[in-house]
Amino acid sequence: MKHTLSVLVENKPGVLTRVAGLFARRGFNIDSLVVAETENPVVSRMTITVDEQDHPVEQVSKQLHKLINVLKITDLDPAGSVERELLLLKVKADAQSRSEIMQIVEIFRAKIVDVSPEVIIIEMTGTRDKVSAFMELMKPFGVVELMRTGRMAMSRGKRPT
Amino acid sequence: MRAADVILEALKREGVDTIFGFPGGVLLPLYDAIYDSDINHILARHEQGAGHAADGYARASGKVGVCLATSGPGATNLVTPIANAYMDSVPLVAITGQVSRHLIGLDSFQEADVTGITLPIVKHSYLVKDAAKLPRIIREAFYIAGTGRPGPVVIDIPVDVTKEEMEFDPEFLPAMDLPGYKPTVKGHPKQVKEAARLVAKAERPVIYAGGGVITAGASDELRELALYGHIPVTTTLTGKGAFPEDHDLSMGMLGMHGTQYANYAMSRADLIVAVGVRFDDRVTGNLAAFAPEAKFIHVDLDPAEISKNVTVDVPIVGDAKKVLTDLMAEVRKLDLPPERHLPWMEQVEAWKRDHPLLVKDSENGEIIPEAAVRRIWEVTRGEAVVCTEVGQNQMWAALHYLSRHPRRFISSGGLGTMGFGFPAAIGAQVACPDALVVDIAGDGSFQMTIQELATAVQYGLPVKVCILNNQYLGMVRQWQELFWNKRYSHTCVECQPDFVKLAEAYGAEGYRAAHPEELEEVLRIAFASDRPAVIDIRVKREANVFPMIPAGGTVHDMMEREP
Repeated sequence: MKHTLSVLVENKPGVLTRVAGLFARRGFNIDSLVVAETENPVVSRMTITVDEQDHPVEQVSKQLHKLINVLKITDLDPAGSVERELLLLKVKADAQSRSEIMQIVEIFRAKIVDVSPEVIIIEMTGTRDKVSAFMELMKPFGVVELMRTGRMAMSRGKRPT
Repeated sequence: MRAADVILEALKREGVDTIFGFPGGVLLPLYDAIYDSDINHILARHEQGAGHAADGYARASGKVGVCLATSGPGATNLVTPIANAYMDSVPLVAITGQVSRHLIGLDSFQEADVTGITLPIVKHSYLVKDAAKLPRIIREAFYIAGTGRPGPVVIDIPVDVTKEEMEFDPEFLPAMDLPGYKPTVKGHPKQVKEAARLVAKAERPVIYAGGGVITAGASDELRELALYGHIPVTTTLTGKGAFPEDHDLSMGMLGMHGTQYANYAMSRADLIVAVGVRFDDRVTGNLAAFAPEAKFIHVDLDPAEISKNVTVDVPIVGDAKKVLTDLMAEVRKLDLPPERHLPWMEQVEAWKRDHPLLVKDSENGEIIPEAAVRRIWEVTRGEAVVCTEVGQNQMWAALHYLSRHPRRFISSGGLGTMGFGFPAAIGAQVACPDALVVDIAGDGSFQMTIQELATAVQYGLPVKVCILNNQYLGMVRQWQELFWNKRYSHTCVECQPDFVKLAEAYGAEGYRAAHPEELEEVLRIAFASDRPAVIDIRVKREANVFPMIPAGGTVHDMMEREP
């Protein structure tokens, strides 16, 4: 099972290396990792997706807690949180296929952000599953390039993540 | 004030009286400050020696050890001592010089990314880019190294930072900025109650104590629990001395080379009270078959150790001293008559009687290494500070030098660092100037840091190195004998220096004992001297450490003696 850990860390040089190094040393696998500053510039948030199958998530979390620069770790419950991933996808689109692609884009509430004679670039956000489903539908048209940010997540309700 | 002077003042404020170090180019400003300072600086002959000496000093004194090395190769030579301190949770502050800020990242002369290299083996590290932060960083480094589960902290300081002029007020304590560091100390009361209930109910309890008990200074509390509950105690290698090994309730060390009775007791126990231990593979062997009948209470300061290797029934995260005090208070409310597990006590006694640690005094006129350790124990009346190297010498020392007090048996447990014992003994001697400090060594390990003889002589540190000399890298040879068809690949080291002459060449005393009847006399003379001494004890060459449970095995695979 995939777990999403939301980790608040001090925004200092080398903190990402410490976290990544810890995962490497303990043999934990990172599925995806998103890092950016929060509303408080001295604090950054890392959203890390890990697979429980490879390592008990509790052990991952406890080891992370031992890093001096780690402030808080939340293991987000999928039902209690909103999860999003951003996808940029460059797909082949000629006169025949363009309208069909645009229909799918419409259904998925994605956005076309660049058009050129042979390809278009699509931007979409959604849960991991939705992003994957959209990618499947785009494959037959000929995917030239794609980029995913990895999962971000925020807990629902008033309580901070 | 120069930043270099500020560093020394800040160290003094942390209670530092001794630094173990080795100078170098980027350390010139700092060494210039040391020239006038009243901090005691011990010049090692290799940075590894300085690091292990600081480690030995920390283990013997309970204080934070400090070592100092220059940039590049000086700092990389500290990697082994830092990893060693990390594995055994020893409080250590390693200060390394770094090239000037504008030269960092340019592959400059003697540049190495020390904070990067040491990242996986430190509790925390700092690269100081601003002299103004030095007082706070040094304060934080000592706080982090010495509190919670102790460990090494690296402070990497570029040379141009140490040359800066800055303000320093020794009276002003800079506030620490550690929002993410809160070492948990008090055990959960409900868990403590539950633990007490299990202790009262147990029919076959065992206490399994480790280095955490010594770190927490919880030996008295542990002893109280053992005596009150009539619970036999076994300790790990780093836990030696947490409970007096000459006590009736002691079963000595457990694990791969543990006593038979300790391992039998673990395998039959219905309750294991594990305190300050981490269920290391050298203790558990085959995890699936480890203490199969037991429930586990696990007391540890580090939450990450709970259920890391063995899933436990009652985890208690907290400082061992506080938890054991609370546990005793709960246990006292319950009735624990000694007769409640009389059959268990009789069983443990029977195992001890039937499977004692075998020691022949000699064999065919040769000194048996175990007997040599027993002689050392007798001559020192069990009161020496004992350091060990790594390998057979270490296991013989652990089994046969019975420890009575905490911080009096110092050995590289987790990392298993050959060459650790002698410099650690130098550090221990600095920490305990009036104690007799003995390094029980092997001829292989001792040669890895033998140059520190010069350090011992220079500072008049009368460390006694007892080499159990079998002209083999004995532990590896033992495995080759038992598991690799006696193919002694590169473990036979007959080419070795004359240790007596070598000691004398350094200005130390050299002795040799080749026959059982001369050993005691030689030890007495060497130990009575106020100078460092090397005692070359020629032992039976192909002696093995027994008992032994092969790696990954169970108590049923135990080899009691030579096959």
